[in-house]
Amino acid sequence: MSDTPLTAKAPFPPAVIAATTHETPGVRHALTAVALTYLALFLLLPLVMVFAEALRGGLAAYLSALTEPDAVSAIELTLLVAAISVPANMLFGLAAAWAIAKHDFRGKTVLTTLIDLPFSVSPVIAGLIYVLLFGLHGFLGPWLREHDVEIVFAVPGIVLATVFVTLPFVARELIPLMQEQGTADEEAALSLGASGFQTFLRVTLPNVRWALLYGVLLCNARAMGEFGAVSVVSGHIRGYTNTLPLHVEVLYNEYNFVAAFAVASLLASLAIVTLIAKSFLQWWYGDALASGPKR
Amino acid sequence: MVEATALPAPKGTVLPGLGLTLGMTLAYLGLIVLLPLAAVFATAAGMGLDEILRLLMDPRTLAALRVSFATALLAAAINAVAGLVVAWVLVRYDFPLKRLVDGVIDLPFALPTAVAGIALAGLYGPNGWVGAPLAEAGLRVAYTPADIVVALAFIGLPFVVRTVEPVLADLDREYEEAAATLGASRLQVVSRVVMPVLLPPLLTGFALAFARGVGEYGSVIFIAGNLPYLSEVAPLLIVIKLEEYNYAGATTIAAAMLLTSFLMLLVINLLGNWTRRRAGHV
Repeated sequence: MSDTPLTAKAPFPPAVIAATTHETPGVRHALTAVALTYLALFLLLPLVMVFAEALRGGLAAYLSALTEPDAVSAIELTLLVAAISVPANMLFGLAAAWAIAKHDFRGKTVLTTLIDLPFSVSPVIAGLIYVLLFGLHGFLGPWLREHDVEIVFAVPGIVLATVFVTLPFVARELIPLMQEQGTADEEAALSLGASGFQTFLRVTLPNVRWALLYGVLLCNARAMGEFGAVSVVSGHIRGYTNTLPLHVEVLYNEYNFVAAFAVASLLASLAIVTLIAKSFLQWWYGDALASGPKR
Repeated sequence: MVEATALPAPKGTVLPGLGLTLGMTLAYLGLIVLLPLAAVFATAAGMGLDEILRLLMDPRTLAALRVSFATALLAAAINAVAGLVVAWVLVRYDFPLKRLVDGVIDLPFALPTAVAGIALAGLYGPNGWVGAPLAEAGLRVAYTPADIVVALAFIGLPFVVRTVEPVLADLDREYEEAAATLGASRLQVVSRVVMPVLLPPLLTGFALAFARGVGEYGSVIFIAGNLPYLSEVAPLLIVIKLEEYNYAGATTIAAAMLLTSFLMLLVINLLGNWTRRRAGHV
């Protein structure tokens, strides 16, 4: 808008303009109330509910639910699965972003679309595909059994399914940002004699560090919380192939609600920590994340 | 390395490592995503068309697919309306703790679906905090597809809010002021000036929420009651078939879901392009 307000020359007093560009206070308050009520009922209440139900049996019951052997082994397995799948997808995201954002080649759009594909596939189908490949009656099942390799109903299957559903997280944060940053910095480093790998490590990586952290945060939250895909390939063997979300289901189906919600509260805490870290990244380093007004 | 980069750098970039990183990307994507997904269609192809159609026409399978698609469609529509209102309030109005509220929007992305499932069941399920009083008042029937819609409405909200929010924040008030000087009413300004710009992101958010809803499993199974023909979703039926080692049955449902979802997303994308062109955004 120019320095002179639009309303100065127009035959409309500012009040008339405001009446057509803004809602009346009544409408404004009503809409705000509707939105906040909706969010409270659908987002806040479920969160409160998890912790309230978890502590219903007292602190001792809560702690014992988290320290009994099956819960401990579920925690360990969840950490192990995330410790493998998150770094794997981080490396993939960096490689894919370097190739797609810093170079030109045919079929780039198709490749970018394919990277997002796991987000539009049902988690259950993500599990199913590995059963079809590696299951007892799957394509490679007989060969695997002959060689005593267990993938489905074992830890490798859980890792594979988790890698599948969390594959896009890091790549999709990095690609738009690195495209926006262009290649000038890297070209300068190369012209000064840095090797390709040095350039990546000392120039590109620092440029994208906050976006990388952002992607890793989301990737980790999903990796630790994935349920559908993992449920299909795990076989629900207690103390062996039960991750935390699967352990929640087992306890819930046994009507052991206090324990189910206690374990669920661990996962809910992870979600809260993730949200807080994500919000801080957006407030402090919003400019260093992907393009667009991401607030 | 130094010799490779002449100064000034040519337009097409000459950064090294394309072969290595592209190779890594394609190998990883191929082994983790494409090859396993192809297994669905390879299994389906091995079954033959007659067998697939026979399995697909199974009433329980058809009912599960119908429940999944219908509830996802309804929930995405609810999300579109609720998401639009939430995004509007967050972008245009000020109120206390606004940043906190904005951060909470992403909760459905961050909260594991199993946790969301048992929490929603404990709240809105037949014996839940909110559900039980409603049932007593005769306002709630246990285990209907409505319960599924509740779960999907939770899961899908951030998709709409996060796609509409940035577009609304970018929308210059000048257009609305111009319309005002031309004598438009507030309702006309919103429906003729603001909505055409918001329609493309709204459709995108709707499509994302819908796609997520069709495949949703974790948050649904705890609240739905899972009665065959009534409140059993397609992903659950896949799990049931797999537990019976009925790979053919599971594959048929999966292939039907994948193809239908891709088709609907294609249509919605085309629709999105069309509305974008109509709104003057190429």
